[in-house]
Amino acid sequence: MSAKHISLIGVNHKSTPLEVREKISLIGGYEDALARLRKYRLPEYYLLSTCNRVELIWVSDDPGETTSDMLGFLFGDTVEPEHWDGYSYVFHDGNAVNHLFRVSSSLDSLVVGEAQILGQIKEAYRYASRHGCTGPLLNKLLHKSFSVAKRVRSETGIGSAAVSISSAAVELARKIFGSLAGKKVLLIGAGEMAELAAEHLLGQGVESICVANRTLSRAVDLAARFKGGACSLEELKSQMETVDIIISSTGASGLIIQSGEVRPLMRIRRNRPLFFIDIAVPRDLDPALNEIENVFLYDIDDLSQVVEMNRSEREKEAVKAGRIVDEETLKFVKWQEGLTVTPTITALRRKADRICSQEIERTLAKMELSAADRKKIEFLARSITAKMLHDPMQFLKSDSCRKGEDAKIDMVRTVFGLENDDETN
Amino acid sequence: MDRQMLLNEINYLLFVAVLAVTFLSCAAYVVFFVTQRNQLRKTARMLLLVSWCLQSGYILSRYLSIGHTPITTYHEAVFFFAWAATSAYLSFRWRYTVKNFGTFVSLLIFALLIVSALTSRQVIPLEPALRSWWLPVHAGISLIAYGFLGLAFCGALMYLLQERELKSRKLGYFFTRLPSLDSLDQLNSHCLAVGFSFLTVGMIAGILWSKQAWGTYWRWNVKEVCSLLIWFIYLVQIHQRFTVGWRGRRAALMIVAGFAVVLVTLWVVLT
Repeated sequence: MSAKHISLIGVNHKSTPLEVREKISLIGGYEDALARLRKYRLPEYYLLSTCNRVELIWVSDDPGETTSDMLGFLFGDTVEPEHWDGYSYVFHDGNAVNHLFRVSSSLDSLVVGEAQILGQIKEAYRYASRHGCTGPLLNKLLHKSFSVAKRVRSETGIGSAAVSISSAAVELARKIFGSLAGKKVLLIGAGEMAELAAEHLLGQGVESICVANRTLSRAVDLAARFKGGACSLEELKSQMETVDIIISSTGASGLIIQSGEVRPLMRIRRNRPLFFIDIAVPRDLDPALNEIENVFLYDIDDLSQVVEMNRSEREKEAVKAGRIVDEETLKFVKWQEGLTVTPTITALRRKADRICSQEIERTLAKMELSAADRKKIEFLARSITAKMLHDPMQFLKSDSCRKGEDAKIDMVRTVFGLENDDETN
Repeated sequence: MDRQMLLNEINYLLFVAVLAVTFLSCAAYVVFFVTQRNQLRKTARMLLLVSWCLQSGYILSRYLSIGHTPITTYHEAVFFFAWAATSAYLSFRWRYTVKNFGTFVSLLIFALLIVSALTSRQVIPLEPALRSWWLPVHAGISLIAYGFLGLAFCGALMYLLQERELKSRKLGYFFTRLPSLDSLDQLNSHCLAVGFSFLTVGMIAGILWSKQAWGTYWRWNVKEVCSLLIWFIYLVQIHQRFTVGWRGRRAALMIVAGFAVVLVTLWVVLT
């Protein structure tokens, strides 16, 4: 086992209610948070924050002790320490790697298969590496998480589920409105899926996107991303007079738009069609809206029905993706275990022996030599390799490596191409 | 007399040709609707154009044969109706295309032609009072109006089908094959506006003709009351569209209802 342990704590949409997530989301942005993390003097750390999750990954010698520090960092004063365990999850080593891979391949997302998360992981990684927070272990881990996500996306149909849901929304909008040019979209609340749908609509040429949110500051942030306007929930009614497509995904427990409110609006709208997309669970929009003439209402289930992606199909893809993640986790753990002195020395020696034997065999096969001469040539070859390996071996055995300088071991492994050998063996 | 017989012969052959070509066009459109193969649509459109030429030829030959515009008997009027619908559709195609509209229109045209085939092709000599150049003006323009209203009817049917699929949220057969609600609604508005304009001009022509033939503008007979009813039905729709933006399912239903009245009237008036 490596002396270094990878640990991960996090909160996500499953573990933690939105109210708590809102409080602990990074208000000051990555730079501020990474600067605060610096105080803990961890060898490597990485922080990811999206609207649905916060994940903190770090490397340490003593996972037990640092975990409580990190939980303290994550929750701060917002949550009583006795609730920390209930709201968050903690993983170490292989499990931590597995979790990150699941997150990056969007298996852990609210909308399984959406691609946005990978971009967010990459962006967070850019911040972390720019501030020198990551080292050889996390660099390798994160790069691996990108390639795992890519592999899952290309080898399974997991990505088509989310993409097809938002493109189904676009297709429906086109069947209602014809061209989407000049149409206005209102986004109520925010979430991965809603943003994805909004982005998709924007790509189809809608004129503007307006964001309404309980907290106006978040609405403003999101609106800036879509280059649109922001409004408060109180303004919904007046907004509904002008917009054409409404995507709702708030965390509200009850309905936020009643059909009785929309009915009189249709006269003001001169009966221009209104397309409601309800992505929230539980639903935000009154199902009776669909009964109003020129109003069309689709919730997330309707949309999934539209894409005719049946449940078993999606589950099958998720199982397949899970297998890929597990496989890649094993590979990574194996790599990490190799990142200590003894296995590296063994691997180096094995590689040298193998090359030596191969070359001797090949050379001797062409020559007619006595047994004594053969011995001499074998000895020659073996002493050359042994001498060649002497210095690298000394380097590995030196104190600096003993102390677990992963970077140095990794360098030796890379220089001698030991990674590829491990995989082919 | 030889000339008359020759004309009758040509006349008959043209009618059979029209039926055959329109049937082929209609069949091609239907197969295109099912398979969505673009090559078929081109074929269907060409066939419909050929059909239009043959229809025009038929009307011309009948005109030469009977000596006045052939829109007085039921057979002639329905045939002229089909010709008007074909012309309206073809004129429309030049302006903009509406996905799979041709399938519905060609079915309507073919249905009208079948009706005209089932009615007597016998020539009924025209009453002397009706022998006037007002006849082609009034009847022709009214039937062209019906042609456009027939297109609106097709558009409204498509609208209702598409709207039902979208509302039920079970997108099936028609969802991909039919165009957007918006384009159907625009189509209906357009056809309604053009059709209503022709209808109005046709009615004014009828009123003036009535004055010339019978000395009075309005006689309150069945035909006139029916025409007025149709005119009002469409007037209300146009008015609602332009004032409160009436559209959607109810408007489509009104178009269907209006067209049903048109068909009934046509039947009442000509028998």
